[in-house]
Amino acid sequence: MRLLPDRSRPTIALLGAALLLTAACGDAPERETASTGSDGAVAAATATSAEDFGGFDGLVEAAEAEGTLNVIALPPDWTNYAEVISTFEQTYDIEVNSAQPDASSQEEINAAEQLAGTDRAPDVFDLGPAVATANADTFAPYKVQTWDDVAEELKDSDGRYISDYGGLMSIGYDADSVPAPTSVMDLLKPEYRGKVALNGDPTQAGAAFAGVVMAALGNGGSADDIAPGIEFFRQLKAAGNFLPVDPTPATIASGQTPVVIDWDYTNAAQSEALEGQRNWEVVVPQEALVSSYYVQAINADAPHPAAARLWQEFLYSDVGQNLWLKGYGRPVREVAMVEAGTIDEAAYAKLPQVSGEAVTLTEEQTAAAAALLSGGWAEAIS
Amino acid sequence: MVAGAFVDDSGTLTTANLRAAVSGPYLSAFARSLQLSAITAVVGAVLGALLAWAVVSGEPDGNLRRVVTSASGVLAQFGGVTLAFAFLATVGFEGLVTIFLRERGIDIFASGAWIFELPGLVLVYTYFQIPLMVIVFLPALDGLKPQWREAARNLGGSAWTYWRRVAGPVLAPAFFGSMLLLFANAFSAYATAAALVSQGAPIVPLQIRNLQTSEVLLGQQNLGRALGFGMVVVVAIVMGVYALLQRRTTRWLR
Repeated sequence: MRLLPDRSRPTIALLGAALLLTAACGDAPERETASTGSDGAVAAATATSAEDFGGFDGLVEAAEAEGTLNVIALPPDWTNYAEVISTFEQTYDIEVNSAQPDASSQEEINAAEQLAGTDRAPDVFDLGPAVATANADTFAPYKVQTWDDVAEELKDSDGRYISDYGGLMSIGYDADSVPAPTSVMDLLKPEYRGKVALNGDPTQAGAAFAGVVMAALGNGGSADDIAPGIEFFRQLKAAGNFLPVDPTPATIASGQTPVVIDWDYTNAAQSEALEGQRNWEVVVPQEALVSSYYVQAINADAPHPAAARLWQEFLYSDVGQNLWLKGYGRPVREVAMVEAGTIDEAAYAKLPQVSGEAVTLTEEQTAAAAALLSGGWAEAIS
Repeated sequence: MVAGAFVDDSGTLTTANLRAAVSGPYLSAFARSLQLSAITAVVGAVLGALLAWAVVSGEPDGNLRRVVTSASGVLAQFGGVTLAFAFLATVGFEGLVTIFLRERGIDIFASGAWIFELPGLVLVYTYFQIPLMVIVFLPALDGLKPQWREAARNLGGSAWTYWRRVAGPVLAPAFFGSMLLLFANAFSAYATAAALVSQGAPIVPLQIRNLQTSEVLLGQQNLGRALGFGMVVVVAIVMGVYALLQRRTTRWLR
């Protein structure tokens, strides 16, 4: 018995080819039509400061009228975002929809593109600096009331984005299963066999990228040349110390990843969360200080523009900055708040003391380092 | 995707993406993808064929056949996060089997964390390749008429003659066709690898993921599309050969 009669075969073959072609060509999803906004919504979308709303109270009123805020890629245990979101919800009558907490910065931009024109598009972004500068023209310029407290190099002069919190690259370790590392090169010792994990893939995630830069500084490299960092990980793999597991709170708690290279605020948050369960300590290697600030921006096509702007005002108020500080992030208004005495002293004292100048990569250095990694990382750790 | 593969960031037509897609680290990724697909296709085909033969040798309406075909139907599609987790729970660092062996003095991770690299992918992929082989190859085995075996024996042939002269040539197109199907299946699998491997993107689907979602290497989406186009070309060639072999196979199934 034949499965397909002769006559239908050409038709079916043609249908099959057409299906294949459409599958290969189509990758843009359907766009939903947006709800038409009122005049107020249009004004909010182009507001560049609280004055455009007739003062801060006008902004609060417009935001509460919108009633919702869409945020993306904010893990609850990342610089205390859980409390930041809940405090915002309690202070103002606005519901926060937190989507995709584990997304990367690029995935935030992808989501904004794919959901453009719908009610679910993200209103605000918390991004790595590289992705932010590359996509700056999709952000709405807005200067918060405390704009002048932030140093020039930590914000965009047109107000399209502003740094939010920073941290230093650190080594978190389980004090009960490994000796305390005093420098980056210590991790090559046999005591760390099969124990050292990096938070992500450096060709993917900003945190892992900064980890390679830290290794480069610790191995005799510099911000201009991170090849020693790749070399360090090659040696780590050859010594059998490198663990290709993605560290998460679960792997740290279960003891699968006894040493984690990640931002100091993430490692410190684990220390606090696992108190009594695991003796998680954090050390910032003084010879390899790598610092980076993440960046906050508002989506130019935000479905809730007033709520987005109110969120910005909240984050850069003393309350918001101190909540990040509670999550061990270094708030960008640090200097101004210390002078004004509004900083949370207890939390501030818990931040790691640094004895030298931290290195922050410029755009050119980041691009050069990224090119080096894309060519050499896979070979180094395979 | 095809359109994107041929343009650069500013929209001008270029073959730079395609040329980059077959050089340097991406060429190694293609090589590893092909290696992974070939190994799991061969292992899956051989073991799957043996299992299918065991099933066919039993009763046609028996329980063994029913259980194996139903289980194969489910397990052939069992992939992604659930499969990765199942393997980690069994042979991961704190897996059941790992701890069992560790208590008896055998450390299966003495030479490194292989389960998160290519060897781990080979093991995990074989898990859904074997059931797929059973499903695809069983009809061909069913098509072997017992009369042929009897005829061969009547004419004085041994079992070896039967397999070499009759069953072998009949089954060969089906066997190699199914192996190609397994190859294409492993080549394009993404979810399982994404769940299991987090460092180093050894295979092409993971490289594409990196290029689409990386926050370090920006503006490389078109290169990702070029890699996707390369994958489509490979699978199209494999499926073309499969279709040719299928024509030869169906000849005997009527």
